[in-house]
Amino acid sequence: MIKPTLYAKWISLVFAAFVLAACSSNDTKEAEAEVAATAAEEQAAQEAAAQEAEQQAQVKAQQGREAAAANVGTVFYFEFDSSSLTEDARAQVDAHIQALLGNNDSVRLEGHTDERGTREYNLALGERRANAVRDYMVANGLPSYRVETISYGEENPVAYGSGETNWQQNRRVELK
Amino acid sequence: MLIRRVSILALLFFASNLHAELQIEINQGLDNPTPIAVVPFGWQGLGAAPEDVAQIIDSDLVRSGQFAPVSRRDMLSYPTREAEMYFRDWRAISAEYVLIGQVTLGTQIRIDFQLFDTTRQMAIDSGTVTGPVTELRMLSHRVSDAVYERLTGISGAFATRLLYVSVMRNPNAKDFYRLTLADSDGQRPIVLLEGRDPILSPTWSPDGQEVAYVSFETSRPAIYRQNLRTGAREQLTNFQGLNNSPAWSPDGNTMALVLSKDGNPDIYLLNLTTRALTRLTRHFAIDTEPTWMPDGKSLLFTSDRGGRPQIYRYDLRTKKIKRITFEGAFNARARVAQDGRNVALVHQRDGRYHIAVLDLVTDRLTVLTETSLDESPSIAPNGSVVLYATKRGQDSILAAVAVDGGVRFSLPAREGSVQEPAWSPYVTP
Repeated sequence: MIKPTLYAKWISLVFAAFVLAACSSNDTKEAEAEVAATAAEEQAAQEAAAQEAEQQAQVKAQQGREAAAANVGTVFYFEFDSSSLTEDARAQVDAHIQALLGNNDSVRLEGHTDERGTREYNLALGERRANAVRDYMVANGLPSYRVETISYGEENPVAYGSGETNWQQNRRVELK
Repeated sequence: MLIRRVSILALLFFASNLHAELQIEINQGLDNPTPIAVVPFGWQGLGAAPEDVAQIIDSDLVRSGQFAPVSRRDMLSYPTREAEMYFRDWRAISAEYVLIGQVTLGTQIRIDFQLFDTTRQMAIDSGTVTGPVTELRMLSHRVSDAVYERLTGISGAFATRLLYVSVMRNPNAKDFYRLTLADSDGQRPIVLLEGRDPILSPTWSPDGQEVAYVSFETSRPAIYRQNLRTGAREQLTNFQGLNNSPAWSPDGNTMALVLSKDGNPDIYLLNLTTRALTRLTRHFAIDTEPTWMPDGKSLLFTSDRGGRPQIYRYDLRTKKIKRITFEGAFNARARVAQDGRNVALVHQRDGRYHIAVLDLVTDRLTVLTETSLDESPSIAPNGSVVLYATKRGQDSILAAVAVDGGVRFSLPAREGSVQEPAWSPYVTP
């Protein structure tokens, strides 16, 4: 016959074991949840960081493109009586296209000519030059509504004198 | 009345600009100019005469290059009426003709003049012109017109006016543009419009009461018309792209102009009453610089549809286009004389841009100038002289050459550049 005290001890032991077991089982779940949460947070943070890094990289890249565009200047020069983009001008415009595809800026292209020939014909020639730059930009992905063109012909020269050194400075499209 | 109101406008708004802006230099006259004595005119009125009428007429005749004036110092007497004329005094100083006259001030001002032939010893012309006191200079020019016509058989064009654009260069900021109206001798300039945006292509209505031009004041080119009597101003076009080269039809009802709203520059007609717009040319090339034949039945324009700019003629009835210039690789901006025969244009030869005249009857092209950056020819209403712009140093100046090449003079500005002259039609006084 088991002594009642012993019996009670057993019961308490078993109970305690049960409680312990219950307790220990609860602790595990919480820990697991904690671990899981931490992992998710870490992942989210990692993703955010990656995203931020990517954004920063994009901003940096866009800044780089805009700097590159600024670096090539906003004035594109042309040959006499020609509205074809020279190789240099094309490289300049390419830099601006890259910058513009990364932002929402609108641009105004102002066409100019040298003083030779007649004023009204030069207005038309200046427009042809501005349109040539616009068409090249549009062909390379820039929406046409973001590009406005205007021609000043031989008005508003940069260099006032005559002769090719002055004239070549005036045959231009200015991006504004 | 018309001219008087303009003067009042001028006084109100442009009092600071009432000095002469243009100077006149005679570069070449005829080899044997006719000696004429323009005797100081008599004056009947209070105080001193407001203008030296004889001096104004003398300068007009000298500027024509066809007359040699007799100096006042050499004159033995200053007759103002026929009774005071002693022909031997004038033959003694080799004056072939003598002009005398009197100016009388009443409610209006009146000039009476008489022209004498010293060889035949007789009066060969006389007349009277009357108008408001403020128009004494213009009245004097009308006497010049009468004398010129009597002695050459060609109508004078002294009592006419000029439009021109002047530009003050500014290397550190935008240039300053000014559209000016002046008498044909450059006197009495009146500023019609000024500002930091380009002004181009000034032109006259056929009745001489309105002007049209292109202004960039809205940061885009647009065509405006401005009434010289009322000062009323109206924007006629505001299309995307080019809006330029306004040209009034001879009947004043239609304006030819250039628009590029449909992709490239083409010639359009704007009905000034209904505002209906008609497209005349339809070509991927540049079509620009329209100008009317005096009969209003066809227009001339510049086009590079053949590869290089040449002058073409558009027949309004048949809608046919025909090329009319064939000499040289560049002929542009035609202006037709009132006789419909001589066409002044810009012609390129050896890389230099000259003013030339194309005779539509003989198809002969004659180069009139030797300078290399000539542009914007405008023919006097009597068809005898072409006014144009050329370069002197860094500045543009106005210059004039007789259609027969015999006479040349230039009109540089005291300051800055002057360009795009437009000689007015005859205005009924």
